[in-house]
Amino acid sequence: MQTEVTTQYLIHVKHLKKYFPTKRGLFSSAKYVKAVDDVSFDIPKNSTFGVVGESGSGKTTLGRTILRLIEPTSGTIRYIETDINSLNSKELRIFRRKMQIVSQDPYNSLHPRKLVKNIIGEGLKIHFQLSSEEIYEKVKDILEQVGLREEHMFRYPHEFSGGQRQRIAVARALVLKPEFLVLDEPTSALDVSVQAVILKMLKDLKRDFSLTYLFITHDLAVIDYMADYVTVMYLGQIMEFGTKDDIFLAPAHPYTFLLLNSIPNPDPRIKKKKVIPMGEIPSPIDPPTGCRFHTRCPYARDICSNVEPEMKEVHKGHFVKCHFPLG
Amino acid sequence: MSEVKGVAQKGRFKLFLERRKPIIEDWKHTFYLWKSTTLAMVGTVIIFVFFGIAIFAPLLTSYDPIAQDLDNRLLPPSSQHLFGTDQYGRDVFSRVIYGSRVELWIIFIVSIISVGIGTLVGIIAGYFGGAVDEVLMRITDMFLAFPRLVLAMAFTASLGPNLTNTIIAISFVDWTVYARLARAEAIKVKSQPYIEAIRGLGAKNTRIMAFHVLPMSISPVIVQLTLRMGTIILTAAGLGFLGLGAQPPIPEWGAIVSDGRSYLVQQWWITTFPGLAIAIVVLGFNLLGDGIRDILDPRLRR
Amino acid sequence: MRGNLLDITKLKVVFYTYRGVIKALNGVELWMNRGERLGIVGETGCGKSVTALSIMGLVEQPGEIVEGKIAFEDKILTSMNGDALNKIRGNDLAMIFQEPVAALNPVMRIGFQIAESISRNKKKNEIKQVYPEVRRMLELVGLDWKRTIDLYPHELSGGMAQRAMIAMALSSKPKLLIADEPTSALDVTIQAQILELLDELVKKFGNAVILITHDMGVAAEFCDKIAVMYAGNMVEYANTTDIFENPIHPYTRGLLRAVPKIGRTDELESIPGVVPDLVDPPPGCRFHPRCKYAMDACKEKFPSLLEVGPEHYVACHLYLKEEMKNAN
Repeated sequence: MQTEVTTQYLIHVKHLKKYFPTKRGLFSSAKYVKAVDDVSFDIPKNSTFGVVGESGSGKTTLGRTILRLIEPTSGTIRYIETDINSLNSKELRIFRRKMQIVSQDPYNSLHPRKLVKNIIGEGLKIHFQLSSEEIYEKVKDILEQVGLREEHMFRYPHEFSGGQRQRIAVARALVLKPEFLVLDEPTSALDVSVQAVILKMLKDLKRDFSLTYLFITHDLAVIDYMADYVTVMYLGQIMEFGTKDDIFLAPAHPYTFLLLNSIPNPDPRIKKKKVIPMGEIPSPIDPPTGCRFHTRCPYARDICSNVEPEMKEVHKGHFVKCHFPLG
Repeated sequence: MSEVKGVAQKGRFKLFLERRKPIIEDWKHTFYLWKSTTLAMVGTVIIFVFFGIAIFAPLLTSYDPIAQDLDNRLLPPSSQHLFGTDQYGRDVFSRVIYGSRVELWIIFIVSIISVGIGTLVGIIAGYFGGAVDEVLMRITDMFLAFPRLVLAMAFTASLGPNLTNTIIAISFVDWTVYARLARAEAIKVKSQPYIEAIRGLGAKNTRIMAFHVLPMSISPVIVQLTLRMGTIILTAAGLGFLGLGAQPPIPEWGAIVSDGRSYLVQQWWITTFPGLAIAIVVLGFNLLGDGIRDILDPRLRR
Repeated sequence: MRGNLLDITKLKVVFYTYRGVIKALNGVELWMNRGERLGIVGETGCGKSVTALSIMGLVEQPGEIVEGKIAFEDKILTSMNGDALNKIRGNDLAMIFQEPVAALNPVMRIGFQIAESISRNKKKNEIKQVYPEVRRMLELVGLDWKRTIDLYPHELSGGMAQRAMIAMALSSKPKLLIADEPTSALDVTIQAQILELLDELVKKFGNAVILITHDMGVAAEFCDKIAVMYAGNMVEYANTTDIFENPIHPYTRGLLRAVPKIGRTDELESIPGVVPDLVDPPPGCRFHPRCKYAMDACKEKFPSLLEVGPEHYVACHLYLKEEMKNAN
């Protein structure tokens, strides 16, 4: 691949678990939704780290747990040298400046009764002692960076389209000059033509602000466009991890392969006979034993239902959690 | 920067208006909805008249509401005494007019105290949830477990019957309503993505509650308050009627009704006019409250 | 008639709201033959769902069909009364929706709901008698009838509920099945399963299908023909391969360039500007404010539909002009 340069990492996640208790009955013991179940990875600095998965894969919980918007059940999250889990609430509040989130729903992620100026300026008011003129200037600058204008400052969120709202949400995150941005399905609620603009903008902003992205989505085509590294999640666990080319050109996990195969291709010439995972996605409350994918895997053998596979490196930097990797 | 200065010279106020155009538009829209809701308008008119009477009471009547005139006892309504006189020769019209001041004062103070306590308790309970919520809400339930009027009576009876204690009693009975409402709203609001985003910015809990959760939770509380203003008057009048509220000779409507009840058959005017005043004002507040609820309803707005 | 199953001419639908009159459909032209699979693609607010509702006769207050004609075989749907429409809806037309769980009655068992749709259409009084048919339908859509027949809709996953919806819709052997974003709420792997199932069943029963979707990939895989809609108009209509390989309308081209695709190396291109507000849409061609080829004519008149190739129609002044030139 490239010449050997020691990669600098921004985020280190080790054995992260997040279990949500479900309502327990009078006589039954507590059950847990294993949203994130023993996940480890490192995010290289200035990269776009893609996380892809279907519903129940825990990808959204993962993003929020890394930012400690949700308290993890166990495991460690390090930000360069800082252990985010051991920060007390005051330290955490100050530290939040460095890591921000843009969430999926552009219609509910902005306070409906606040002006755009105040929505974006809120972070500045929390972290810096600035005069209202200074805040005004900073908000104006960042709005221009995301392709909006000064006059938009005095409007309410409901006056904007979905794409514009998502720009406002990005501006709110970037005004604090963070280093790390979690993008949780930032374009899944938008139309394709708007999605294209937002994705391009995010790419440009990453370069201009030298950001590191954790990009969460269910859409493999979007990941292919955005990401440098891809993590495929299924029922709370990482199934496969590698560079974008590893995942898309040489998928080693049957799940990744079938996922890629399931995507409808916007090219009518390709009429391949599809291989699709069987059955329904199991509940994360009672995930299957052994390999979690074995119930839907056409290549499953006896061992798959009993023994949980280890994460193994099929070639440098390309990891897969499968007894019988493809290829 | 020079351009900004130039603009400033052109007229700060104009620029101010220009920038806030959407806000002004929003208010215009609210006003439009207000105008098109007939019953809300009726309610508004009644309440405005009520406020006007309270403010301009001395201009509307030349009689002292408290001074007794035993020569003119129990006179029927006439051009001299529009609503007649009571058993001490006091002009019932001026007692009703001045009574509006007493009612308004009660409403004002009770609103501030009960909404204050209620939203504070409700938002804290709803926002933090868990044990905090349990404790605060069980306390609220304890208050709710008693019939309202009985609890208010118990309060005034133990504190001593007078106007201040009436106000305190009603406030302590009434806050639970707002606490429950504010809690329900706070629970709804705190799980919204925009609150999470603000938390992600690094805001303190107190800041989130005061600047973000509170403004979103307050509108149902305000609606409920306007709807309950009628009830506040009724409770105050009820206590007054039972002799546990404002003490004579303070012209509180309930107390006036109580004063005249032994003369109800022959001298109907002593009780009828303050009773009507209570009914009309309560109706006015209820219409207004319904109207506000409709206008604040987002489904009607957009 | 341009198609022997369905022919929509100049369909105009409006919705009356506080903000004003939303001109949702602005003279839609659409047609299809028996057994065909037509995809309607377009972005939010383009009118694809309203078109479907109009065919089903489900445009209700505050909406109204103000102009145009929908012909279904030899019947004119737009001039039929409620009872006659109901009969057609039960027998010849069926629809499935984006949110299958919400489209099913939450307090009735799945088996009963399917039985009801079968017996109503066949005018049988005893619902019990059709249960064997219910079982057969459930098997057909790949559900284990023993397990699912007595479940309530909320007990089904999204994919299973959509299967049940398909069973209900196909139980009356409709001539036309309208699927409004049937897989948009589902995961990719489940979407693939549902599309495969639909494909199989439609082949078997020979229904015509209108598939409404925003996903160009879904349309490409499933449909024979594609109609592209924008802001209340059908702007391009052609065979699927033609739409993807030889798009003509500037909007279709823009849309295809904006779709991310695996293995695509070029930059995504977007269409400048935003979708117009349909209360106050731009005059003439509604796409002209966003179109880089816009001419004066575009601002004045909506272009008529022009056949530019075999079964390839486009509504765009650019090609009208060329046509004129050629004629001269």
